[in-house]
Amino acid sequence: MKLELRGITKRFGSLVANDNINLTVNPGEIHCLLGENGAGKSTLMNVLYGLYHAEEGEILLDDVVQDFAGPGDAMAAGIGMVHQHFMLIPVFTVAENVMLGHEETTFGGRLNMTATRKTVRELSDRFGFDLDPDALVEDLPVGVQQRVEIIKALSKNAQVLVFDEPTAVLTPQETDELMLIMKQLRDAGTAIVFITHKLREVREVADRITVIRLGKVVGEAEPTATNEELASLMVGRAVDLMIDKGPADPGAPALVVKDLSVIDHVGQMVVNRVSFEVRAGEILAIAGVQGNGQTELTEAIMGLQQHVTGEISLDGKPLNRLSVNKVLNSGVGFVPEDRNVDGLVGDFTVAENLMLDRSDGEPFVKFGNLQLGYLATFAEEKVEQFDIRAQGIRTLVGRLSGGNQQKVVLARELSRELRLFVAAQPTRGLDVGSIEFVHTQIVAARDAGVAVIVVSTELDEVAALADRVAVMYRGGIIGIVPGDTSRDVLGLMMAGEHHDSRGAVA
Amino acid sequence: MTDQPTNEPNPGLSSSGMSDTGIAHLEGPLVSTGPVEPEPPSRWRVAMNEIMGGSIMISILSIVLAMVAGAILIAVTDKTVQATAGYFFAKPGDMLNAVWLAVSGAYSSLFQGSVYNFRREGFLNGIKPFMDTLNFATPLIMAGLGIGLGFRVGLFNIGGRGQMLIAIAIAGWIGFALDLPAGIHMIVAVIGGLIGGALWGGIVGLLKAKTGAHEVITTIMLNFVAFYLVSFLLRTPGALQAPGSNNPKSPPMKDTVVFPPLFGERYSVNLGLVFAIIAVIIVWWILERSSLGFKFKAVGYNPNAARVAGINVGAMFIWSMVISGALVGLAGVSQILGTVTTGFSSGIDAGIGFDAITVALLGRSKPWGIFWAAILFGAFKAGGYAMQAAQGIPIDIVLVVQSMIVLFIAAPPLVRAVFHLPTPGVFRKRTKIEAV
Repeated sequence: MKLELRGITKRFGSLVANDNINLTVNPGEIHCLLGENGAGKSTLMNVLYGLYHAEEGEILLDDVVQDFAGPGDAMAAGIGMVHQHFMLIPVFTVAENVMLGHEETTFGGRLNMTATRKTVRELSDRFGFDLDPDALVEDLPVGVQQRVEIIKALSKNAQVLVFDEPTAVLTPQETDELMLIMKQLRDAGTAIVFITHKLREVREVADRITVIRLGKVVGEAEPTATNEELASLMVGRAVDLMIDKGPADPGAPALVVKDLSVIDHVGQMVVNRVSFEVRAGEILAIAGVQGNGQTELTEAIMGLQQHVTGEISLDGKPLNRLSVNKVLNSGVGFVPEDRNVDGLVGDFTVAENLMLDRSDGEPFVKFGNLQLGYLATFAEEKVEQFDIRAQGIRTLVGRLSGGNQQKVVLARELSRELRLFVAAQPTRGLDVGSIEFVHTQIVAARDAGVAVIVVSTELDEVAALADRVAVMYRGGIIGIVPGDTSRDVLGLMMAGEHHDSRGAVA
Repeated sequence: MTDQPTNEPNPGLSSSGMSDTGIAHLEGPLVSTGPVEPEPPSRWRVAMNEIMGGSIMISILSIVLAMVAGAILIAVTDKTVQATAGYFFAKPGDMLNAVWLAVSGAYSSLFQGSVYNFRREGFLNGIKPFMDTLNFATPLIMAGLGIGLGFRVGLFNIGGRGQMLIAIAIAGWIGFALDLPAGIHMIVAVIGGLIGGALWGGIVGLLKAKTGAHEVITTIMLNFVAFYLVSFLLRTPGALQAPGSNNPKSPPMKDTVVFPPLFGERYSVNLGLVFAIIAVIIVWWILERSSLGFKFKAVGYNPNAARVAGINVGAMFIWSMVISGALVGLAGVSQILGTVTTGFSSGIDAGIGFDAITVALLGRSKPWGIFWAAILFGAFKAGGYAMQAAQGIPIDIVLVVQSMIVLFIAAPPLVRAVFHLPTPGVFRKRTKIEAV
């Protein structure tokens, strides 16, 4: 089925989210929609899916004008959508989730599970998904849950499939598998719209690329275009993907971790006798597939984990068994993995979030009183310095885009006197422009003589930042290698293969 | 005075304090997303949207809607209206007239019983109902502040009854058993009550912080513990029971401990109102200006982020419940030292601990909001009796109106839909905005 969008314009008040957008997707083609966060990609797809009604323009399927009043109409017309956040019911089985919304019943209103199971099996076999229709969705890994979403769409005979930022939640391996699935679907004649801001993925699967910026189509690109070309098209200016990073000038060991183990709340050993050190003025990247103990390791350093054994010391002073507050006060900055859950209070203003971890004493508090005047001056200054785009310092942080939220976290953490800076997934979900900014700030912290730990699952990020790389696998450090180690070697280590230079300090 | 808890807390209410922003969040990122930076909407439009779609307007409109619902109920239950409805198609005027008489009579007697009575001679007599309103509002302000403070920390304190009773037991015992000079006696009793409430609330905070026990369960259970403990003490000679009596009732308060009237013996308003206003100011300072309040709110909005930012979440639970309990306890103190000074029984809390939940919701957990909400509820209480006496309308109608107010407040989208209000954070096209 051929999908065509003609002159779509969607406004929210004075904001034009989509401005006269034209887009054609042919059957058997993967069409990439590339753009920064907030460029209007998701709005466009919500128009296509009937969630929004466009002020101008029309949607055509096989040259027939469509009028969608809601997602139901869009689905019936053959459009399927795989959302970034899965629309699955965790306690239902795969088959139950697939049939949800168009349940087939037999006599007496009983659900026809047999037929649905058969559909799931057929589709699953056709694309090599290896899905058990009776498995509970909550027991499945994220990557497999996504396949359930895909099957859900296909079971409704979707001819046009929209993937909205599908790789944001996936590990590198799962991403690769998804790419394969998309290619299979394409070869089977499905028209695919792939929304993303990750350049590597675009170049890997796209047949055609349309770049959107500020609600407008700013150009089409070939999959052969370089990362730099695509990035500058997206951002509207030249972007340095490899930031300028001089050689590290490491000083004395700052953070020393010895035999650290962490047992989580269900009694599992999630970090297993880990030892390493980070010197002042160097960046140690901790690479690894999500869920191999990196999160717990950083939380243990911050004092956020309950059952920790081993030793952690910063500049010779022990850090373990201190409260979070004391850890922060001994000069540790922390960018948590999930900024919305752990890093920011969405209902607080920008200014309030900038003092979140300094609510105990001067300069923000005197004799129990908040120093609102000082806070305002401080916040204005940081908003300026970190280029936080908000209407003002009284804007609620929950209303900002991901990139600006992360800038608030960075501004807060980097405005203290630091000895150690721990950044967990500092650029997750951010667009190219913001990634560049975050990376520059991290390198600046290093150059100022701070010991830096960056936890990342993205090899690009590891390569861009690391002076040394520690790879974690199943709770242990499988090896510490120099920052310029090749992707292949790192990939193997992330999969658990020991490297020759295991344990060697670069 | 009815002793029954009038507004049984409804679990569905618990999320209402925050639910009004749900839609705004959904739409929010589309409007103010970073890289796309169109000209920001003008200040006036922002302000307009805040007021029209915001919380104060919702509160007022909820009151209006609830009054309308109450009017319908009054009309339907009125005997004359029922009789005239029988021949409505023959003479519709009769029924419409009866409806008008019933509703206007009810609401005017509600007004005269709570604000100003025109039938009495002179301003000083006419204003008496308003003074009664203030008197009824006094404990509601105090307890409402306590519950509201809990809401801001994300805690649902249903233990108002228990905290009041313990505060009353301690302050009451000080009030009838000790001999102290006037003034000092009163201050000691008030402090005793504050400590009692703080203790009973603090237990809840401590249990939550140390064991994770949910405050809704523990506060309800502690209500029973307090109720039967105080009942037992009231039946035990030498404890709280009045000497020489078999009734489960305490001796009257000594004169040295009773709150003096504020505007002369003519009116029921007493020093308690001053305590209530001081409490409003202190709670406002805690929430808006103190570092403690900053931490309270951080925990209330996002306990995870608070913990990562080094805030001791458990300590915040404990302190907020201590303060919350103390404020609710103060309401108990004002009951026995201000309103019912002739000795108390175990029904002395008069359901104020539960009404306070409603007051805190109506006041959006903001100190001055709670102040005005409590005055409104005080007016309903004062006027309800007048309405029953004058028009024979059951006081339950007032309770229905009170409950409807909370119901509407809990569902802001419903109120917005009824009045065609814009959703906060979402700007319609210019033409439509100007038409509003």
